[in-house]
Amino acid sequence: MSTNKTGFQAARWNEALISELSEEGARGIVPPAVDAEIAAAVGDVAASLPPGARRAAPPDLPEVTQHRVLRHFLRLSQMCMGFDVTTDMMGTCTMKYSPKAHEHIARGAKLADLHPLQGVDSLQGLLELMYRFNRIMCEISGMDEFTFQPASGAQGIYTNACLIRAYHESRGDLGKRDEIITTSFSHPADAATPAVAGFKVITLMPGEMGFAGVDALKAAISDRTAGLMLTNPEDTGQYNPNIRQFVDLVHEAGGLCAYDQANGNPLLGVVRAGDTGFDMCQFNLHKTFSAPHGSLGMGCAAVGVKDFLRKFLPRPLVAEDGSGGYRLDYDQGEGIDKIRAFIGNVHAVLKAYSWVMSLGAEGLRAVAETAVLNNNYMLTKMRGMRGVTIPWPANNYPKLEQVRYSFEQMFAETGVTSHDVIDRMVDFGVQHCMPSHVPMLVPEPFTVEPGESLTVAEMDQMLAALQAISDEAYSDAEKAQGGPYNASTTRIDGDVPEDPDCWAFTYRGYQRKKPMWTSENRRKIERHDGGY
Amino acid sequence: MSDDNGFIHPYVPNAAPVPLRRLLKEIGVDNVTDLYVSVPEELQVKGLLNLPDALPSEHDLRRHVEAIIGKNLSCRDHLNFCGAGCWQHYVPAICDEITGRGEFLTAYGGGTYSDHGKNQAMFEFQSLIGELVGLEVVGTPSYDMGAAVNSAVTMACRITARRGVLLSGAVSGDMRSQISGFTKMVADVDTIALDAASGLIDLDDLKSKLTSDIGAVYFENPNYFGLIESRGAEIAEIVHAAGALLVVGVDPLSLGVLAAPGDYGADIVCGQIQPLGIHMYGGGGCAGFIASRDEERFVSEYPMILMSIAPGAEEGDFGFAWSTMQRTSYDKRHDSEDYAGTTQWLWGIGAAVYLSLMGPRGMEEVASGILQRTRYAAERINELKGISVAHLDSAFFKEFIIDFADSGKSVAEVNAALLVNGIFGGKDLSGEFPEFGQSALYCVTEIHGKKDIDRLVDSLAEVLS
Amino acid sequence: MTFRLGLIVNPIAGMGGTVGLKGSDTPEIVARARELGAEPQAPERAGQALGAIVAANVALDLFAAPGEMGEAEARAAGFTPKVIGSPVEGDTVAEDSVRAAQAMAELPVDLILFAGGDGTARDLVRAIGGQVPVVGIPAGVKMHSAVYATNPRAAARMVLRYMQGGISIRELEVMDIDEAAFREGAVSAKLYGYLKVPYLPGLVQGTKAGGVSRDRTALAGIAARIAEAMEPGRLYILGPGTTMRAVADKIGVEKTLLGVDLVRDGERIATDAGERDILAALDGTATIAVTPIGGQGHFFGRGNQQISAQIISRVGLEHITVAATMEKIASLRDNLLHVDTGDRALDARFSGWRRVITGYHTDTVCRVST
Repeated sequence: MSTNKTGFQAARWNEALISELSEEGARGIVPPAVDAEIAAAVGDVAASLPPGARRAAPPDLPEVTQHRVLRHFLRLSQMCMGFDVTTDMMGTCTMKYSPKAHEHIARGAKLADLHPLQGVDSLQGLLELMYRFNRIMCEISGMDEFTFQPASGAQGIYTNACLIRAYHESRGDLGKRDEIITTSFSHPADAATPAVAGFKVITLMPGEMGFAGVDALKAAISDRTAGLMLTNPEDTGQYNPNIRQFVDLVHEAGGLCAYDQANGNPLLGVVRAGDTGFDMCQFNLHKTFSAPHGSLGMGCAAVGVKDFLRKFLPRPLVAEDGSGGYRLDYDQGEGIDKIRAFIGNVHAVLKAYSWVMSLGAEGLRAVAETAVLNNNYMLTKMRGMRGVTIPWPANNYPKLEQVRYSFEQMFAETGVTSHDVIDRMVDFGVQHCMPSHVPMLVPEPFTVEPGESLTVAEMDQMLAALQAISDEAYSDAEKAQGGPYNASTTRIDGDVPEDPDCWAFTYRGYQRKKPMWTSENRRKIERHDGGY
Repeated sequence: MSDDNGFIHPYVPNAAPVPLRRLLKEIGVDNVTDLYVSVPEELQVKGLLNLPDALPSEHDLRRHVEAIIGKNLSCRDHLNFCGAGCWQHYVPAICDEITGRGEFLTAYGGGTYSDHGKNQAMFEFQSLIGELVGLEVVGTPSYDMGAAVNSAVTMACRITARRGVLLSGAVSGDMRSQISGFTKMVADVDTIALDAASGLIDLDDLKSKLTSDIGAVYFENPNYFGLIESRGAEIAEIVHAAGALLVVGVDPLSLGVLAAPGDYGADIVCGQIQPLGIHMYGGGGCAGFIASRDEERFVSEYPMILMSIAPGAEEGDFGFAWSTMQRTSYDKRHDSEDYAGTTQWLWGIGAAVYLSLMGPRGMEEVASGILQRTRYAAERINELKGISVAHLDSAFFKEFIIDFADSGKSVAEVNAALLVNGIFGGKDLSGEFPEFGQSALYCVTEIHGKKDIDRLVDSLAEVLS
Repeated sequence: MTFRLGLIVNPIAGMGGTVGLKGSDTPEIVARARELGAEPQAPERAGQALGAIVAANVALDLFAAPGEMGEAEARAAGFTPKVIGSPVEGDTVAEDSVRAAQAMAELPVDLILFAGGDGTARDLVRAIGGQVPVVGIPAGVKMHSAVYATNPRAAARMVLRYMQGGISIRELEVMDIDEAAFREGAVSAKLYGYLKVPYLPGLVQGTKAGGVSRDRTALAGIAARIAEAMEPGRLYILGPGTTMRAVADKIGVEKTLLGVDLVRDGERIATDAGERDILAALDGTATIAVTPIGGQGHFFGRGNQQISAQIISRVGLEHITVAATMEKIASLRDNLLHVDTGDRALDARFSGWRRVITGYHTDTVCRVST
């Protein structure tokens, strides 16, 4: 049926839900046996629990034999396009190779089987690792101290917002300074987390160059300005060259500046947050620093601050103990409340540390420059693709790290949308690109971020897939709009997850609500055609 | 990288001279530095960063890093009795197999058609947790338990349009800190006093604090000290009568035996994921979840991604999609009351594997066995001179408090001495709960056999003598 | 259930344009246009859109207004339409359109596809308001309304996408241009009403791409912010539009959607006020709260001329609140706001950057162009 060039067909196991694989009496694993003496000494403790505490009936979990569980989840893994198996240029995600060596080190007992509270004397290796990486991140960013407590970029940015809040609170200014300025193309978390931290948010819209101008910032600054939180380069791949002026203007007004380095890959060894004047920053270790993305998590954020903000960092901090070892400083002082349990996703820290140690300073620079090189190669080729336009034509600068393209012209001429392209491209054996975060200011957006890991052949593979789809859009639009054809599942009824009468988030819910899916009485769903 | 030698490294193929030159030519520039024209000169680093010498050889790198972490003592070769929010449980081999699969490990934002397997695994996580807690809606994983509690109590406040939150006094200091920080601007948090005798929440104090301003009441079951609450239904009634919502925090590993909070009236349940087949990773294994009934007024307040099942094009086909993203900060941006992002989905997948392996019998046996081992340990320890176990006559799961008051020794001293014997002692509570004096929170799980517990008892005896 | 599509064609729309006449509403203009050799535009445009729908080979039930108001075009394209609403001898096209639309809304159809100009859009507002979503095939000369697709093919695409699902609906403004003034070369627009239009960025005229911020939350936030800031004794001049209606809802008063209402101390003291009424009420402190027209970006001078230059001057620029959802801000051409108060000097004082309220605790800044 399909004529895609690669002949790719995703695994389609039609693997049933695990709850449907249940067979009475099957066991997947037997828990450790209770010593006979213990059982004799204490008896059946469960049976003597007060009635209100005891479960009425066993949980309705499936009973599945061991190898079938393995097979089930292995099959599911085969229907998943991780970076390990295919080219992934998902914009804003900074997909890159997560070296296996680092995985293997992290899975050893000396990291995987550590308890965070087992006593500092027994965690010297861990603390040393964190301390060393702290120093490395300071050198990379121009900051003076790092914490790795936040478990994701969004949580790292939230930490920045809390630090800004603590700073102004310590000066008695919090009532007066209640506004954070951000931009429309910074990550949604740059607007969301200051709002959660209690700030008013002023969002600057892009000018004709695709980024906010200095005059827009000046209009937004006032004596209520608490700070600036933004991403640069932004999600469109455009670097705002006025960034230093932005920072200076906010400082003059008495605000602090937080640099969301989610798009920091092209700047490693090239530009430092500290040199740009920022007071604090955050990096995604699971993006830029190669820790694996983990199917949307094992995230970790490295949040760095200048010296004067060190006292506000959440506790504990890793410090030298004065006799050649390390300790955890739990002294709360002016530290902000804890952002996350314990000291952070240390496995991500280990992988990030290993990655930097493998590359060194020259390698880090090569990573940044190659990411930009690859990005502009993709740009050069995609520019010529029929139906593709680059927004903000006034901005002629090469783009860093990623490019937000537009399929507006293709849509006007053929009716094929960027979502159609996204759905169709998986037929070519590549992970799909992301359209855009909200607000989707660019019509029919399509954001491509090759990163530095891919070979020329892999980039050409992606280009060939997109070219094939473009050709198809102009010759057989209906075909282009009907994908995917060779994916792990057939096209779904997208209204069901949006309809309160139909959605189901558990097997229980699914069994109860499934009849509604085919009912005549289904309501018409007003959907938002977002980026997902 | 502007000289013709480029840079050779296994992680950056196009930095090598041949592809570098080819790409430069295709783009039409002479140097990579030409691509940075949008970045002002004065902001750019001159030369290279001052970083440690590179170790491009995998062998050399491994030696280096493993030498550093080799200085750790692990819970594999030491006997660990520390819990308090992160616990040592057995991680089945198949859990490690699946969480180690490259496809899952390195997937990210793929959707309905590219990451069907990840989506199904996540839906199954939601489903199996739902069975344990007795509720039909479960969200994708939160950053940790504290984040789950934060999301849950603020949801409850939004749903009831009230500002007040009552927290059980039996939650960890760390969690109180997380909650304080997050709710600062939107809720008024107060603590429910504990009954000194039982260690559980004082119902009279709860009733006295349940004004019409209270939106959420939170307690954990088992609580931070391991104590089991059996008055769940009664508490739910009291809370609901005041127009508030009941939020209960659980250790799902207990729910093979303990009552499902959804069954006794909890409106929102929060829980830990780490006990379900996830290594501790020094705290990195932590993750949380929230769950509720399937009502629009609840679902619309979930801050995280929700994975819904949906029918496919042919009979019997199904797929999955992220539902109603307009609930989340991805869409709401500055209108957000909570925030979402990359969390800990891989651990959710691991938990799905764990629950699939364990089944109802496994979950019942592991919980039942932990109850027995904990009781055995507590009773033996209580017999030692100079120390006592708090609330020995109450029901507790996995953890209990040892009071060292009569021993004349501090917890720190005891733990240092235990360490010499290859044992990690329980968490020192003296700073967190000064009213308990020199007390420690000890944790016994299914990995502890009689020999291990006896060894602890003997070591304690030795240390205390 | 098979999708039900309604079809209404205004056969005389656009006739004036081809022979240099603005508009073709009145019988005189139509006759003049025919004399000059004008041909009907709308049927051909409708045919293009229908052809694209037929080519997609989707299952739908087509309900057409009778004769050359849809039935003929549908048959020509290859459909077998059900005819709805019988024509009444001597009625104008406008009255027949209204009747057909009402009948379609009653069935109900899922979507009405219509070909015409601004006049046809106004007919639909009168007939059905927001009862059924509509997609417009542009065929008239006065295309001020943002409810029209960019071209017939785009209109067809919109219909097909709507059938597939996964598409939002939003309320878009329908403007009422003063015909006489317009033919004299002056532009004077009033806000006539709203239609519900399926929304896909790039397809609808005058809108760039839209943000997908949750409109309800944003509107509620804007409303709460403005309502909570209201001072006792102060006069509030609330402009037209759904944003100001949300403010009124929050305070608990009724609000004319298309007119200016006056509020003081939580009470509505004037309904659909004209300039004189506003001036009469202006005897102390006052605030004007307005929202820009989506796409065009005017917050004075289109649809709210009652708030005259004199009133604006007396209230003072610093007491003017401009509010809009981020989605509307994103729809503005070049992110610009506009004013056209009729007083050039006053307009000039607006130029520069202005804060715009976009939510309960969120703002943006926009440049005002004159």
